[in-house]
Amino acid sequence: MKYLGITLERPKIGIFDFTGCEGCQLQIANNEASLKDLFGLVEIVNFREISSERRDDYEIAFVEGSITTDSETARLKKIRKQAKILVAMGACACSGGVNNLRSRFSLPETIKEVYGEHHIDSGPVRKLKDIVPVDIELPGCPVSKNEFEWLVRNLVLGITPQFPTYPVCVECKQRLNSCVVDMGMICLGPITRGGCNAVCPRNRFGCWGCRGPSDEVNFESLMEIHIKRGFSEEQVVERINFFNTFSGIFK
Amino acid sequence: MEENEVIGPKSRDRDIEGNKIYRFLKLNSFDELEMDYTRSYLSPKNYFLPFKEDLVTYSLQDKGWEQEINYTIHPRVIVGMRACDINALLKLDQVMLKSAYPNPYYFARRKNTLIIGLDHEPLEDCFCKSMNSDTAFHGFGMFLTDIGDKYFAAINSDTAFIILNRFDAEEITDEDRLLFKAEKKKIELKFKTQVNITILPELMDLEFESEVWKKWGDKCLSCGTCAMVCPTCYCYGMEEDIDLSITKAVKRRFLYSCNLLDFAAVAGGHNFRPDAGVRLKYRYYHQFRGFMEAFDQSLCVGCNRCGNACLAGINPKAVIDDLIETETK
Ligand code: SF4
Ligand code: SF4
Ligand code: SF4
Ligand code: SF4
Ligand code: SF4
Repeated sequence: MKYLGITLERPKIGIFDFTGCEGCQLQIANNEASLKDLFGLVEIVNFREISSERRDDYEIAFVEGSITTDSETARLKKIRKQAKILVAMGACACSGGVNNLRSRFSLPETIKEVYGEHHIDSGPVRKLKDIVPVDIELPGCPVSKNEFEWLVRNLVLGITPQFPTYPVCVECKQRLNSCVVDMGMICLGPITRGGCNAVCPRNRFGCWGCRGPSDEVNFESLMEIHIKRGFSEEQVVERINFFNTFSGIFK
Repeated sequence: MEENEVIGPKSRDRDIEGNKIYRFLKLNSFDELEMDYTRSYLSPKNYFLPFKEDLVTYSLQDKGWEQEINYTIHPRVIVGMRACDINALLKLDQVMLKSAYPNPYYFARRKNTLIIGLDHEPLEDCFCKSMNSDTAFHGFGMFLTDIGDKYFAAINSDTAFIILNRFDAEEITDEDRLLFKAEKKKIELKFKTQVNITILPELMDLEFESEVWKKWGDKCLSCGTCAMVCPTCYCYGMEEDIDLSITKAVKRRFLYSCNLLDFAAVAGGHNFRPDAGVRLKYRYYHQFRGFMEAFDQSLCVGCNRCGNACLAGINPKAVIDDLIETETK
C-alpha cells in the first residue's frame, strides 16, 4: 500500500473477543465493501469471525468484551504482552458495558438463575483497564464501523486519533434532528461523547450513554432538566448507570 | 419546482405539548410547505453555512496529488424565511463576503439562492424588535405578508419578478394596501418580549466579572446547541480525513460553538476557557458586544432559538435581565 509514493507498513492486527455479544466484531466483519480496503491497509492475522488463521505476531490488538473469568484474565495478559497497541473495543471492554448489570445482583444467585446447578467459572465483571493498561478506547455499543475504520487509518498513518470531545447534541443538530427531550424522553446526549452521529436521537430514542462521558459533564444540570420535565432521579440514575460508562465520575 | 431545489418549513415530530416541531427541509412538492409554521427549531443558516462542508477533495497519487474545489451550487429557492433570518444573513454577509477573506463557498450559496420571506405574528418570546431585526428591507427576492385570502408580495429582484408572473398575481389594490398596513400594525403590537439593549455594550463591560455568568454557567451543559440553532453563529473547526483505500482525502469545515469545552484549547494542551460560565459569557459577548464593535450592530437578531432549544433554560432575555438587575442593585 502506497501513500503519496511512500510504501506504508501493513501492521498486523488481531481482533479478540471476551465476554460480550460479538456485536462489535460484527460491525467490522459485516462490511464487505470496505473489508477489501481494510485488508489493503492491515494484515489481519487473528480474527475468529472471518478466518480460521490464528497467528500471534500481531502488533495491534482490538479487544472486545469484558473480563469475567480467570482464564480470560490470563488470555488478556498474554495479548497485552504481545501487542504494541491495545485497543479496548466497545462498551463491554471500555467500561464493562451491559454485562455490568449483573454486578448489581449477588453473583452466586445470578449464576444459579441462569445456569442452574451446572458449574461455571464466572467472576465479577471487569473492564480491560482493571487488568491491563489500555492504549486506546474505541467507545460505543456497538462500536461504529466508520469510527473503527477511521481509527485504523489513523494508526496506519501514525496519526494520534482525536476522538470528539463534544457531546452527542452537536451531531444531533448536524442531522437536523428533533430533540427527544423536547419530545418527552430521557436523553444522555448532553453528557455523552459524540462520534456516533447521534444514531439514537435520529431514530427517536434517547441516548443511553454507550460512548461514555464527553470531556465536560454537568450531571447536576442534566438531572435538573429531566426532573423539571417530570422524570424521577432514579430514572435518570438508572440510565446513567446502564452501560457503567460513567462509573468513577458519577457519584 | 422542476428546475430548482425548493426548501421550506416542514414539520416533523411533535413536542410533549403536542406542538409541531418545524425545520427547513427540501420539499418534493409545494403541498409539503407549511406556511402557517411558527418557529423552525433550527435556523435555515445551514443552507448557507452547512454543518459539514467538504472544502477540498484530493486524489492521492504516487507523486503528489490533485485537488478539486467545487463552488457550484444548484440554484434553489428558500420559501418562508422570517425577517429575523433574512437580517441574520445580512449580518453573515458582513463577515463572509465583506471581510478581508471572503468565503467563496458562502458566496456561491448566497448568490444561487432566491429567498422568499414570510411575515408572521411574533411568538411570546420573539425579541427581534428589540434587536431591530423584525423587518427586512433587503436581502430577499420576494417577501410575503398574509392579508387574509391572499399574500401581499414585495419584490426585490428580477428573478422574483419572473417567478411572480408564473403565479396568478394581481396588481395591488387600495384595499390590499390597507389590509397590508393593518397586518403590519397587528404584528407590531404583538411583540411581548423586550430586551433592553441600549446600554448593553457598556453593561457587558461593567459586568465582566459578574456572578451572573457563574449562575448561568453552572446550568450550562456545554452542549453547543445554542450556537448550532442560531442563525448568526458562524464559528467553525477544520478536519482532514483520508479514505480507507488511502487514495482520496478531504479537507472539511464543520460548524462549532464557543460553548464547547475545547473551543479555546490550543496546541500543547492549554485551554483559555476551561470554565462553562466563561464560555457562556463569551458567546454573549460576541453576540451583543464584540460584533457591535466591528460592525456597529449586534450579531443577535432576537429569534430566541437558542433560548428555545437550550434544555437548561438559558436564554438571552433572562441572562440580560439578570445583568441589568445586578447592575442597578
Ligand atoms: S436529543 Fe439528546 S442528543 Fe439530541 S439534542 Fe436533545 S439532548 Fe442532545
Ligand atoms: S446516541 Fe448515545 S446510546 Fe446511542 S449510540 Fe450514540 S452514544 Fe450510544
Ligand atoms: S447555553 Fe444551553 S444550549 Fe448553549 S451550550 Fe449551554 S446548555 Fe447548551
Ligand atoms: S457567539 Fe460564539 S459560536 Fe457564535 S459566532 Fe460568536 S464566537 Fe462563534
Ligand atoms: S443568539 Fe439566540 S436569539 Fe440571538 S440570533 Fe442567536 S439564536 Fe437567535
